[in-house]
Amino acid sequence: MDNALLRIEHLHKAYGPHVVLEDLDLTVDRGEVVVVIGPSGCGKSTLLRCVNALEDIQGGRVLLDGESVSRQAKDVARLRQKIGMVFQSYDLFPHKTILENVLLAPMKVQKRPRAEAEAEAMELLDRVGLADRRDDYPRQLSGGQKQRVAIVRALIMHPEILLLDEITAALDPEMVHEVLQVVLGLAKSGSTMLIVTHEMAFARAIADRVVFLEGGHIVEESREPKAFFDKPATERARQFLRTFEY
Amino acid sequence: MRSLGLDVLFKGKNFLRLLGGLWVAVRISLISVVISIALGLVMGMLMTGKNRVLKAVFRVYLEIVRIMPQMVLLFVVYFGTTRVFGWDLSPEASAIAVFSFWGTAEMGDLVRGALIGIPRIQYESAEALGMTTAQVYLQVILPQAVRRLIPLSINLITRMIKTTSLVMMIGMVEVLKVAQQIIEANRKASPNAAFGLFAVVLLMYFAICWPISRLASYLEKRWA
Amino acid sequence: MDFEAIRSYLPLYWDALGLTVRIGWQGVALALALGVLCAVTLHLRLPVLRRLVAGYIELFRNTPLLVQLFFLYFALPKIGLRMSPAVCGVLGLGLLCGAYMAETIRSGLESIPPIQTESAQSLGMTRMQVFCHVILPQAVSRSVPGLVANVIFLLKETSVFSTVSLMDLMFTAKDLIGMYAKTMECLTLLVVFYLIMLLPVSVLGSLLERRLRHAEFGP
Repeated sequence: MDNALLRIEHLHKAYGPHVVLEDLDLTVDRGEVVVVIGPSGCGKSTLLRCVNALEDIQGGRVLLDGESVSRQAKDVARLRQKIGMVFQSYDLFPHKTILENVLLAPMKVQKRPRAEAEAEAMELLDRVGLADRRDDYPRQLSGGQKQRVAIVRALIMHPEILLLDEITAALDPEMVHEVLQVVLGLAKSGSTMLIVTHEMAFARAIADRVVFLEGGHIVEESREPKAFFDKPATERARQFLRTFEY
Repeated sequence: MRSLGLDVLFKGKNFLRLLGGLWVAVRISLISVVISIALGLVMGMLMTGKNRVLKAVFRVYLEIVRIMPQMVLLFVVYFGTTRVFGWDLSPEASAIAVFSFWGTAEMGDLVRGALIGIPRIQYESAEALGMTTAQVYLQVILPQAVRRLIPLSINLITRMIKTTSLVMMIGMVEVLKVAQQIIEANRKASPNAAFGLFAVVLLMYFAICWPISRLASYLEKRWA
Repeated sequence: MDFEAIRSYLPLYWDALGLTVRIGWQGVALALALGVLCAVTLHLRLPVLRRLVAGYIELFRNTPLLVQLFFLYFALPKIGLRMSPAVCGVLGLGLLCGAYMAETIRSGLESIPPIQTESAQSLGMTRMQVFCHVILPQAVSRSVPGLVANVIFLLKETSVFSTVSLMDLMFTAKDLIGMYAKTMECLTLLVVFYLIMLLPVSVLGSLLERRLRHAEFGP
């Protein structure tokens, strides 16, 4: 049985003459956590943005549950509901409270009744330890708290897959932990995730599969994350991992 | 077909007279802008200073300019001060005085904005090199501020030109007044001349102001 | 100063103030409506319409209100479009200031970082939902200082109405000076009445501005 949820086939992405991703294939199975690592500018973030149809692509296709996701698709908004995404910069809506931030999409997009959506929102906020901040505005929260709200805002849509784009890169070190704990919890409960990160220890702990991306190509892919981090097969990956040692 | 005044426009020296009227408007704006920029630079620098009294005075000055219509200021200067002080002020001198009064305030505020927009560290590192206050401003701060200021000052020119149409109210013969005179003189022969002439005046203003504001927004984008 | 004269002029000035404020606020309302429509048209890049709107904005921003008013009041009747001075005034003000409002709101819209659009889109919102719930509310609050400045500008510009024989403050002052030659008294009243009209707007504006900044950037 085909267990693939997300299928990226021959993806080609370029900004003018500058090629970012070239003929890239990647599959994410249901319940699998795939972590993409690689040097800055290797196209990791662009890959996630293509999956969520935030970028035009020049070739290939992205299939979610067999349906093509693209900017041109008429029902791109419907497909995006199945894909949750959290960005590096805290992107909460500054004019809305925490609760309103979480409720906006379920109520406006999914047309769910307020009472039901609010009950779930409070449950999720409670799970990330922020239920008591429901009426605060984003500016009153720390970076780590904002990121946890952003995760909740994505989760309440019941996405089939969650895309996390360097969600800890802009955080102070002591806040990284609280955010990563939340993500680890999600992995345990069986969420499907495609994660781009610079936190190697986190990647090692959470990944079912590691993908090493460089120059728009997948250089190495491993279903044994522990083995990959201890002894990568390719010289390029070895060099990359060495930059994290001192 | 009824004529809409285009025949009148090119009769005799009418078109040249209109252009002459336009020049009056442009001349007044240019003189006022030059004065405003010079005084505005000084005022802007003083406003970023520490003198509280001076700052308060400038605040009141800015507020007056912000809420008093230029037309009212023109009337006060041209009819009011001549009566109170008994001096003889030509309409043109009054207009230049009022527009400079207004422009200096605007310019001063722009300069102040541009100056505080420059990071503190620029001042401090210049001072750390042992520069005097004058040197800090002339060598380091103003050259950076000027880039932000040029597009904004160009915008001020177009606003000046547009506002000069008010000087007809204190008896100056500028383009709008010339148009009125021509319409008056041809009332019998061409009763509909108002349409053509006022349309032409509108276009004349547009022809002057539009390129200038395009230039300003081009520079603003380029130097942003 | 002849205070007896001032007292006898006062009722005329109050009437003129009433008229100026009435025309002014109708103009503001028209300008705001027009400004939002035009800014949204430009922002959403609606075909054809957006070119028309851009042309309108350029034309009205680059010509003086006085000339626009002359055109509306003296020129249009020659091709059969006749309007009362009051309609002319409201229309002239609304059209002029609408162009400025549109520019202010448009730059407010453009100041919202693209990540806001993207994160809203990634929640599955349609373009219209993103615009109405995420972009527009933020843009409006960011535009407030500019909008207040425009309102003051617009109320100031009412002073040119006197030229199309609307009995506003300016007209009243000119009229009284012509009749009784009490120049100082009339001009003083003129200045005082403009202060009465605009000072509250200016103060209210800065209060509003401070509040909104507070709301956005926190205590």
